[in-house]
Amino acid sequence: MSRWIGDAIGCPIHFVCETHMIDLITSHFPEAVSGPIEFHGETTLVVRPDRLIEVCTFLRDDPALKFDLLSDVSAVDHFPASPRFAVNYHLYSLENNRELRLKVWLDGEQPHVSSVTSVWPGANWHEREVWDLMGVKFDGHPDMRRIFLPEDFLGHPLRKDAAQFYEEPQFTHNFDLIESQKPYAKE
Amino acid sequence: MGLESKLGNMGVVTARLEDVVNWGRTNAMWPLGFGLACCAIEMMSAQASNYDMSRFGMELMRASPRQADLMIVAGRVTRKMAPVLRRLYDQMPEPKWVLSMGDCASCGGVFNNYAIVQGVDEIVPVDVYVAGCPPRPEALIDGIMKLHEKIRRSHPIKADKEPIKV
Amino acid sequence: MEQNETQLMELTVDDLKEMRGLVSERAIAGETVLLNMGPQHPSTHGVLRLLLEIDGENVVSCIPDVGFLHTGIEKTAEDKTYMKVIPLTDRMDYLSPMSNNLGYVLAVEKLMDVDVPLRAQYVRVILCELQRLSSHLVWLGTHAMDIGAMSMFLYCFREREKILDIFEMVSGQRMMVSYFRPGGLWRDLPAGFEEAVRAFTEHFPSEIKEYEGLLKKNPLWIDRTRSVGVITAEQALAWGVTGSSLRGSGVNWDIRKALPYSSYDHFEFDVPLRTEGDVYARYWVRVQEMWQSLRIIDQAMKKLPKGPFITSNRKVAPPPKEELAYSMESLIHHFKLWTEGFTPPVGEVYVRVESPRGEFSCYLSSDGSPKPRRVHFRTPSFANLSAMPQMTKNVFIADLVAIIGSIDIVLGDVDR
Repeated sequence: MSRWIGDAIGCPIHFVCETHMIDLITSHFPEAVSGPIEFHGETTLVVRPDRLIEVCTFLRDDPALKFDLLSDVSAVDHFPASPRFAVNYHLYSLENNRELRLKVWLDGEQPHVSSVTSVWPGANWHEREVWDLMGVKFDGHPDMRRIFLPEDFLGHPLRKDAAQFYEEPQFTHNFDLIESQKPYAKE
Repeated sequence: MGLESKLGNMGVVTARLEDVVNWGRTNAMWPLGFGLACCAIEMMSAQASNYDMSRFGMELMRASPRQADLMIVAGRVTRKMAPVLRRLYDQMPEPKWVLSMGDCASCGGVFNNYAIVQGVDEIVPVDVYVAGCPPRPEALIDGIMKLHEKIRRSHPIKADKEPIKV
Repeated sequence: MEQNETQLMELTVDDLKEMRGLVSERAIAGETVLLNMGPQHPSTHGVLRLLLEIDGENVVSCIPDVGFLHTGIEKTAEDKTYMKVIPLTDRMDYLSPMSNNLGYVLAVEKLMDVDVPLRAQYVRVILCELQRLSSHLVWLGTHAMDIGAMSMFLYCFREREKILDIFEMVSGQRMMVSYFRPGGLWRDLPAGFEEAVRAFTEHFPSEIKEYEGLLKKNPLWIDRTRSVGVITAEQALAWGVTGSSLRGSGVNWDIRKALPYSSYDHFEFDVPLRTEGDVYARYWVRVQEMWQSLRIIDQAMKKLPKGPFITSNRKVAPPPKEELAYSMESLIHHFKLWTEGFTPPVGEVYVRVESPRGEFSCYLSSDGSPKPRRVHFRTPSFANLSAMPQMTKNVFIADLVAIIGSIDIVLGDVDR
């Protein structure tokens, strides 16, 4: 069963043009969605955190939009600007061959937003990664624990104010100093 | 120097014990298959037919540490993996050697951050370091040859106080 | 630095009983055994840890535990200029470094709005398709070796050496090439490249025929791989599976066709598709992709245009060394590029590339400085592996090994 109708002809058919798609979304959620921000051909919509699940369900299920593939969930730390965290959702619609980015702005030291695993189960591991490295919690996630770092790791390393675990390179002028501090295994 | 010339009439060969033991240890060294990252692919290439490692006795990579005597740490060691590495090293029976393959295992390589152990010698004592990112299969085989030389020069029974320079 | 607020749960075999959502009730009742298929294992293709709940030989549930190769590449990349991130991208999916390079470099070019000359685009296509062949060869060799066909490993690596010789001729390195730069390529193709590629493409079809002859109709292979590890198209899309694993389940999506990059739309090739969604389907799709890659390489070699190999935009691409002797402007450009690096405008881009494993994307967020504010790589193996519990319902442990091989994961790709 081919999900991409255009392949019979060999080129994608755009059922919905870009502006129509944006208008459809913004007219359906006038106060929850703002934008669009256009940059080098990419469209970004800013979504309010409390209406995220509604917007995502609409984007996935509406027959004219059909954003069925969630490619990526990632977060950016804009420290020291406020709001500090931006969580990006990169969506793709196979039928319409359309890309879209959703952005949610969060603030505070312990930000949290609702999880979209009920809409796209594939968000599961991406959200765990964002929690692990950035410290953004996802409410309603079935399994909110660290994925990459050991369970007893303290802190979230990809934040801008996280500690640098940088080891000083050993040159001739500081050779002995670093040699004495390096924990060599004896046996 | 053929073996036949030494056999003489009685069919007896005399040699020092340490030479025989070291000969046995080097010529049939089985590596533990501890490929972590990119260097593991070059290690697999070294094991494959183009740069055959079985010529040097390393016919197979044993998966179980109890049956291996050389641990080739091929790839970057993360802080999450470090306890696992130490546990595997402890499970290997004596005599055992460690060859640190690649820059990440030797010194942390390109990565100097929160996740990578800056050199596997922080966790296990290393005998030979092979540099490269990743080292060519020929470089790995060169490292193994150096390890064989080191073993041949060491004494299997007396403990060595100083590292052996090859 | 804030403390981890969730319960500190170390994922040992004993503590698993506290996680009721992850394992079935039978595990907590003690009927089934919890087994650890540890990070060091010959069949896990790297440092993957699987927590298995088994009932005899049947796997009831399977939970992957990743992170044993987490390198912090994204954090390290925030400290380097845009050009210096390229060697870091090589080391993520270490079986196809060219595709990683391409994904990142396309993102930088989109951000800087740089045109790439046609010759560079065609060379990128040729090298990426060679890389796809090399990656599929490693996949085929290791997958077949895990299932039991030991000699496939040796055959595939023998062919791969020829491709690695071509890479070394072009860029000086066998694996971590860093050959693509923002604006084009590092240097022009050397003499002898065309002969080497032609010799390879003339010889390789007989090799693929040999591999197909060994496995395609082999009753042992079919028994081990048919109807094993089935994932439906809806499940695959919902879980974010992309690439050959998705096409093995019947969804026709190839980024080279849907969102063509680097002049892939100039070439004719088919996208192989199967509907069963099992291990055999994914195997078949990848072998057919090897044939299609050969087609693309042939076309690109025939049509390869002459011309510059890098953009003439001196703000992005370094000037040729000869120019530094007589042009002050080139000297200044060279100096600025090497000391400070180029500064893109403030903004963010997201570029998708079809890597041998699936959709490899690069998200680049720039704050106007020479170093990126945030680089995030969406890697295909990460999403494909997250779908693994869906594929491993009621399989045998031996089937588990076949399934891991068929999803074609590279742990550097999963953990970054």
